[in-house]
Amino acid sequence: MPDDGHEPILAVHNLEVVYSDVIRVLRGVSLEVAPGSIVALLGANGAGKTTLLRAITGLLPVHHGRITKGTISLNGTEVTSLPPPAIIRHGVAQVMEGRRVFAELTVAENLRIGGLARRNKRGLDETYAKVMELFPVLADRKDRSAGLLSGGEQQMLAMGQALMAGPAMILLDEPSLGLSALNALQIRNLIVEINHGGTGVLLVEQNARMALSIADHAYVLDNGKVVKDGSGAELLADRDIQEFYLGVGDAGRLSFRDVKSYRRKKRWSA
Amino acid sequence: MTDFVQLIFAGLALGARYALVALGFVVIYRATGVINFAQGAFVALGAYLVYQFGTTWALPFALAVILAMLVSAGVGAGVERVVLRRVIGRPVFAVIMITVGLLFLLEQFVTSVWGHQSLNLGDPWGVSTASIGTLVVSHRDVWTLVLAGVVLAGFFAVFRYSGFGLAMRATALDQEAAMARGIDVRRVFAASWAIAGAVGALAGITIASGAAGLNPGIGLIALAAFPAMILGGLDSPLGAVLGGLIIGVTQTLTAGYQPQYAAWLGENFYVVMPFVVMILILMVRPFGLFGTKEVARL
Ligand SMILES: Nc1ncnc2c1ncn2[C@@H]1O[C@H](COP(=O)(O)OP(=O)(O)OP(=O)(O)O)[C@@H](O)[C@H]1O
Ligand SMILES: [Mg+2]
Repeated sequence: MPDDGHEPILAVHNLEVVYSDVIRVLRGVSLEVAPGSIVALLGANGAGKTTLLRAITGLLPVHHGRITKGTISLNGTEVTSLPPPAIIRHGVAQVMEGRRVFAELTVAENLRIGGLARRNKRGLDETYAKVMELFPVLADRKDRSAGLLSGGEQQMLAMGQALMAGPAMILLDEPSLGLSALNALQIRNLIVEINHGGTGVLLVEQNARMALSIADHAYVLDNGKVVKDGSGAELLADRDIQEFYLGVGDAGRLSFRDVKSYRRKKRWSA
Repeated sequence: MTDFVQLIFAGLALGARYALVALGFVVIYRATGVINFAQGAFVALGAYLVYQFGTTWALPFALAVILAMLVSAGVGAGVERVVLRRVIGRPVFAVIMITVGLLFLLEQFVTSVWGHQSLNLGDPWGVSTASIGTLVVSHRDVWTLVLAGVVLAGFFAVFRYSGFGLAMRATALDQEAAMARGIDVRRVFAASWAIAGAVGALAGITIASGAAGLNPGIGLIALAAFPAMILGGLDSPLGAVLGGLIIGVTQTLTAGYQPQYAAWLGENFYVVMPFVVMILILMVRPFGLFGTKEVARL
């Protein structure tokens, strides 16, 4: 993927993250996102996906976490351990796991908050109009409390908030979590649409089929390490991926213990 | 009837003083979850600074007031930066005890510099009064209401409509989510303490003006404002203001009528009225008039 000659918009190199000085959660993670591409990050619960996003956006200190090794660069500029406002101004906006919209504020206020970090306030009205166009349902409910929106609408609001910062790239943490199949499909299509506008996407998902169907490139994180990467199509066809994340293959192997022992075998043979 | 209107007016002026003190509490509580017991020290500091600037250094009174509010705001932000930022993540109880310690430290500072004796604030209002028909109102109360009104209106305009107010509200609701949106929450904390310092100072000035005089006990009024804050609902600025006004008015009405109609309650019963009102309202509304339920978990 980096072979198209462009500087990656996001480059994570050999990253190690430790919580509370003792719990090592990322153990040398490297990944890249090319400008304007969609990159999926797959992995089971606890693999470290959210931790990686926190490391990128500067939210680790909130969780007593710290980068102990490695670097993060945006467009070739190193930004390792910079605080969140600096990261946003470098063009990266995150949508957190669980959406985390401000429930007691209105939809419009939530969107304004998304634009607060922006240096150039002149493009703000234009971005706001674009967001409203992208999510017409938000335009209809702009004076309603965000807490009254449905899960899918809240996800759209959270994405809208991130877009209000005018980012070159957004990080999405499990946007389809807890949504109906129909809503998840809608979110998927919106991600594609946002990406068509030129915004890069790093998509963390447990819904691997959805993520791989739109990803230019994908990484699989397991126990704090990247254990596999390839194009979306490659990974969709990969036997391990099918088995662990897509639920195809020998049904008998799908219990947690079996998958674990299978993985161990798999690692030995690799 | 004239008596009644006059008592209401004086009660609103007293309530405005409470409201300013309570607003300081609420602003800090909302942003940081800390109940700042040192709020009373800002009240004292503000009043003594006006004495220093206006009387000792002979600056014009209005300028002395503005300077006192600015210095007190600076002290507030400084306390946040130097002391409290270091204890982020510590148990809330420890942080609250630190504010108690700060209260005593600042009060000690005030008495070391300005002494124990009662001083005259040096305000131009003194004990002068104005007559509106049969109504006699003190200049001090009129100015208290004007100044408190202007400051409170300014606060609410910023809080409701400005980007910074939005950042403050977002931070109060979900700190991490606010950070993720690029809001500098440390700036929000510092600004909250600065606002508390400034409104506390203004409260102190209006309390110590006129016949009341300036003495180190002034910080105690924060105790009477405490019910105003709880009554309003701990995390609601509007509640703090209404709570302050309610308590001010009931207090002056009690002072005016209780000796006559309920003498058996004893002398000076009005002093405990704020707490009586607080208890009554909390019995009906456990989260205060405008509080959110979550606060109850404290
Ligand atoms: N604040 C913390 N302190 C200690 N350990 C933590 C902390 N936050 C997360 N962890 C641990 O780090 C590991 C990775 O967590 P992380 O949330 O990054 O996983 P994830 O891949 O996002 O999982 P999920 O799919 O469940 O969201 C987990 O084992 C988790 O228990
Ligand atoms: Mg996660």
